[in-house]
Order: sequence, then structure tokens, then C-alpha cells
Amino acid sequence: MRSIITFVAVLSLCVGATALAQTDSVLVDSAGVTPVQPPPAPVTNLQAVDTDNDHGHSITLTWDLSVDDGKGQNNVLSYQIFRWFPSLMDQVDSLRGERSNARSTMRAFRSDIPRAEHALNELREDPGKLESIRFEVSIPADDSAFVLTTDYAITALQDTIAVMTARLPEIKDGLEPLQIRFEEALAQLPEAHNQYPNDGDWEYLGAVVAGNTSYENSGSKDFTAPDFFPDYTDLYYRVEAVSADTTLRSEAILVGPVHSSGQWFHTGKIPVLIFVLVFFVLTVLFVQVAKKGKELYVRPLAGIEAVDDAIGRATEMGRPILYVLGLGSADMVATIASFTILGRVAKKVAEYQTPIIVPCYDPIVMAVAQEVVKSSYLDAGRPDDYDEDAVHFVTNLQFAYVAAVNGTMLRELPATNIYMGKFFAESLLLAETGALAGSIQIAGTDEIAQIPFFIVACDYTLIGEELYAASAYLGREPILLGSLKAQDWAKAAIVIIAIVGMLTTAFGWPGFAEAFHVSG
Amino acid sequence: MRREIPLIITISVGFLAILSFFSPPFEPLGEDFTLFFDIIAVFAFFLGGGNLMRVHIDKLIKRKKDWGFSIVTLVGFLVMLVAGLGKIGAESITSDITREGLFSTLYYNVHLPLGSTMYALLAFFVASASYRAFRAKNREATVLLIAAFIILLGSTPIGQMLTNWMPEGMSILEIPNLAVWIMSSPNLAGQRAIMIGIGLGVVSMSLRLILGIERTYLGKDSG
Repeated sequence: MRSIITFVAVLSLCVGATALAQTDSVLVDSAGVTPVQPPPAPVTNLQAVDTDNDHGHSITLTWDLSVDDGKGQNNVLSYQIFRWFPSLMDQVDSLRGERSNARSTMRAFRSDIPRAEHALNELREDPGKLESIRFEVSIPADDSAFVLTTDYAITALQDTIAVMTARLPEIKDGLEPLQIRFEEALAQLPEAHNQYPNDGDWEYLGAVVAGNTSYENSGSKDFTAPDFFPDYTDLYYRVEAVSADTTLRSEAILVGPVHSSGQWFHTGKIPVLIFVLVFFVLTVLFVQVAKKGKELYVRPLAGIEAVDDAIGRATEMGRPILYVLGLGSADMVATIASFTILGRVAKKVAEYQTPIIVPCYDPIVMAVAQEVVKSSYLDAGRPDDYDEDAVHFVTNLQFAYVAAVNGTMLRELPATNIYMGKFFAESLLLAETGALAGSIQIAGTDEIAQIPFFIVACDYTLIGEELYAASAYLGREPILLGSLKAQDWAKAAIVIIAIVGMLTTAFGWPGFAEAFHVSG
Repeated sequence: MRREIPLIITISVGFLAILSFFSPPFEPLGEDFTLFFDIIAVFAFFLGGGNLMRVHIDKLIKRKKDWGFSIVTLVGFLVMLVAGLGKIGAESITSDITREGLFSTLYYNVHLPLGSTMYALLAFFVASASYRAFRAKNREATVLLIAAFIILLGSTPIGQMLTNWMPEGMSILEIPNLAVWIMSSPNLAGQRAIMIGIGLGVVSMSLRLILGIERTYLGKDSG
């Protein structure tokens, strides 16, 4: 029993001591009855700047954490952000809403009037069509026993049409003055913002949880949008640290005026610009060198050198050449590269008088390919040999296209199959069928996942960039070879930069690698 | 002028595309060009359909080789076209033909199974291609064979079972770990090298087109 009493006494002492310790960090109200938590301390060093490289779409606020955030009283739950808006903003919002409503009502009436007229005519011609007319007739909402009859529907439709027809010109006439008022109000916005702190109020924008030190207030540059973010206008912000009890908030810290404005250049892309300029200069330089007649050595590509042999083989065997442009659309670089190779191949084919088959997956690609082949026949001096059906559309369904091209391979038994462009799951289906048909196969794609399939199933494969270089190799023209030489030099520069970046980072100087960081 | 006008269009659009990348006010231009392309693509469907009809009707009339297949193509094309545009079998003209009617029946019961069949053939083609690729004809092919063997084994429970007796210090030599290492180190390094090459190739190709150095797509060999 004594031990129990001792335990209770010790426990009471501990509880009392803890309560005393807590009273150190709370205030006691005037009556000395209810303990009151003090508000959290405000943020410090609040700054507002126009966000970089977003063309004036936002303002970024940054601050140092309240001393009570995660330490001190540890009672900051979030930071609430407010922006000052002039009262003119309410008028702008109201006019924007009116303008938007008027436009949507006009659109709805223009669509509903002919539909209602059509329904009315249907009912007049055949009253039995009451259930099938495609226009909702308004019925009394408060009459549960109401039964819709044809006569009622006809009268209701006539009334609806009359109301809509009468209102339409009214709305249309009212729209222009509304637009003028709206634009006038918008034009006054910068001046209204300059009146801070008069004739306006703070509006809550949002909150970030404790521990965060930034907030981005973004909006649209479309003046008709509700979140329109004006350029070159004085903007003011307020940040408050708030505790779990939202009535307990810190002193508001203000910042402003701050302006948002568009930027003409994205500074986060400077490394890309430098690289493009260097590459541009290298290309021009090597093209000039090539123009002066200097012999430029470029690494031979087996796949490209095989093209001439493959065309010769087809000629000897009296069989056609199948050229597949892949599944890419005409705006893809791989497809554009494929057009250039097709042009070279078609010219050779025209010279050797060998048939060519180009089944296309995309109608636009087909149209371009037709022009390329036709022009090549013209360049070869054999325009009459051009067969209009040589380049034809098959389908734009992936596996249906594979079925059709595989069928062509097995029926026509082309001597050579050339696959150049963008390929996906169909690459192996096509290349294996070609191998089974005994054709010499040359492939090229920039789809990394498909390169292994082509390598195992084709005789020659152009890997990645070799596809883009193929046209220049085939033509052997100095100007084109000059651009390839520039590409090789740029590649060497990238390898050197990558190695230097690796070494400097490994030895604790990441500044070199970070200098190449690209944002946005 | 037949070649100059397309060249001028290519050069101007190319420079505008570069501008839209570096200059925020011009960023929407990139989206606009995509939109223009989509608009042109809509008209191109008529072009594709027209070409398909012309080629196969011609083949049929002239009784060219394998003209029987043209009948299948034309019937398939016309049936789907009529079923889709006419909304045959659909409840009303506002019905969604991807959910009801003859078009949806044909799509789900004929087109999709046929497409899946073609795709399923890939399994057999992978087997035959692997057989050809993995023959140890030379040193490179032998390395390929060994790497492929490790990855195949590493992806199956057998790989784990075969080498799980290895001590902790040699766990890197367990087949699944070896497979992961091959994929994440030599394979990834090779892929990244190809990707850097592709990136440079795209820039080089684009510059050749924008500067008018590459004109083969216009149907003329040299500048």
C-alpha cells in the first residue's frame, strides 16, 4: 500500500513539474485562467521577383523561414500568400463574365434555333414523332401530373424560337459596347494598381506548408482569361505565417511593387545556343573548305556502300527494289532523312531501269515520296519510266501495314529491301520476312530499341546518326561531306567535354559540369 | 520557282522554329506549326484513300498480277467507310460508332484480332532471328551470344537458382546481378553513345535543310 501511495505521489510531482515547465512557453490571459498561445513569428527577408524565362507569366516570392517554423515555438503550420487587387478588378471580372456569357448564349441560340425549327416542322408534319424529336421542350417544373402533348410541344417550341430569335440581335448588339467597356477597364488596370493601398483589397492566393520558402503566383497572358497576369503593373504581396489555429497568425510582411514582363531570350538555354552557334560556324567553315576543292576524308559506311551493289543486284536479277519509309510522319527528321536517301536510290534505279516499290504508311509521306521519286526520274533523264503506282498508300494501321508489305515481299520477291526511317514493333516482322524471301536488306533507323532487330535480320544496318549522314555519303558532294566533317568535330568536342566533366566532378569541382546545365 | 518557294518556306520555318526554342515570346509558334501540320494531315486522309482506290481499281480493271487481293482491299475499305460514315447498325445519327453498330463490330471482331495475330507472329520471328544472331561465327558474335545467354538466364528463376550458392563477397557474379550489370553499364553506355550521335545528327541534318545545303527532298541532287 505504501509503495502505491509513493508511486502516486511521485507521479503527481512529475505531472506538476511538466505543467510548470509548459507555462514557461505560454501566455496567460488577463483573468489568469486560459493559457493563450502567442502568434508565430513572421517570415523575414521576403522578396518578390519576376520569374526568369517564363515570358512574364509569374512572380516568384521567396522568404526566410519564421523562427517558429520547426524550432522556437514550433507552431507554424503553413504560410498564406495574399495579393492586393484594386477594386477595379471586380468590375473587370464582372465584364469578363458578361462578355463570356453573351458569347456562349449567342453560340447556343445559333445552334438551337435551327434545331428547334426542325423539330417544329417534324411535329407539324407528323404529330406521332413527339417522342423522337431531338429538341428538349421545356415543361412546367412544378406540375408532377403534367403530360406532354403534341399541341403543347408545338406551342412551346414556337415560343422558344420566338424568344431566341428576338434575343439574338439584342445580345449581338450589346456585345460590342460590352467589349469596349471591358477593354477600357483593362486599360485602367495598371493605373488602378498604382493607387495602392487605396481603393482595393487583399485577396488570398494560396498557401504552402511549413518548411517551404517560396511561392509562385502565375497567370495567363490572355487578357480574356480569369487569371490574366498583366505586364508592367505594380503588384503587391503579403505573406503570413499561420498556426494550426488559423486565428493565430504572424504579422503580415509586405513586398512590392514588383512587375512581371516578357523576356526576349531564355537565359537557361545559353549552353544550347553556344553549341548551336559553334556547330553552325564549323559547318559553314567545312563547307567553305570543301567548296575550295580540298579532299575531305569521312569514315566509310558499309551499309551505304552496299546500296549501289544492291541496286546492281536487283537489275541483274530483274527484280524490283522495295523501299520502306517506316511509320514516321513527314515532320520527323528520320523520315526527312529517308526522303533524301530515297531520292538518291530512285535516281540510281531510274538509271538502271529497275522497278521500285514504295508502300507508304502515311498519306503525307506518300505525297512527298511521290514527288521525290518523280523528280529523281526527271533528274536521271527518264521521266517516262516513272510509274505512278510505284509509290502508293497502304494503310495507317501498324499491323495491317506490316501484313500488306510482307505480302508484297513474298509475292514480288524483291532483290533488295531498304528500310530507312522511323520503325517500331514492326521492324523485326518486316526484316525477318525479307530475310525469308532471300532479299539483300539494308536498314537504318534512329529508334534505339529497334536497331538490334535490324542488326540481326538485315545484311547492313545504319545505326542512329548514320541514317542522317547517308544522303551525304551517297551523293559524295563536297558541300554535304563538309557538314559531316563538322558533325565529326562536334562529336569529338562532346567526348572531350564529357571526359573533362567526369574528371572535374570526380575531383570535387562540379562547376565545369554545371556550366552546361540547361533549364526549361 | 518550283524549287525556290519550298526552299524559302523550309528556311523561314526552320529559323522560326529555332527562334521559338530560344525566345519565350515565340514559344507558341512551335504549337502553331504542329496545328498547321495536323490541319494538313486531315486533308491528307482524302489523298490516301483516293490513292488506295485508284491503285487497286486500276489493278482490278487491267487484271494485273494478284488482282484478287485488290478485291479484298477495296471491299474491306468500302465496307468500313460506309459502315462508319453511314453509322450502319447504330441507334441514331448521334451514336458513338466506336461503341455500337457495324463499324464497331467489324473493328473489334475482325480488325483487332487480325492485328493481334500479326503482332503475335513476332514471338516466332524473335526466335528465328535470335537463332541466326546467336551463332558463334566470330568473336563479336560469341560475345553477343554470351551476353544474351546471361540476360536470358538472369531474367528467369533458373538463373537465380544456379548461382545463389555464391558467397556474399562474390554476389556480383550471380547471374541476375550480371544481367543487371550488362543492361545498366555496357548496354546503357552504348545506347547513350548512339543517342549523342543521333542528337548531333539531327542538328546537322536540320542545319543542312535550313541552310539549303541538303535539297535532295526537293528532287534535285546538288545545291
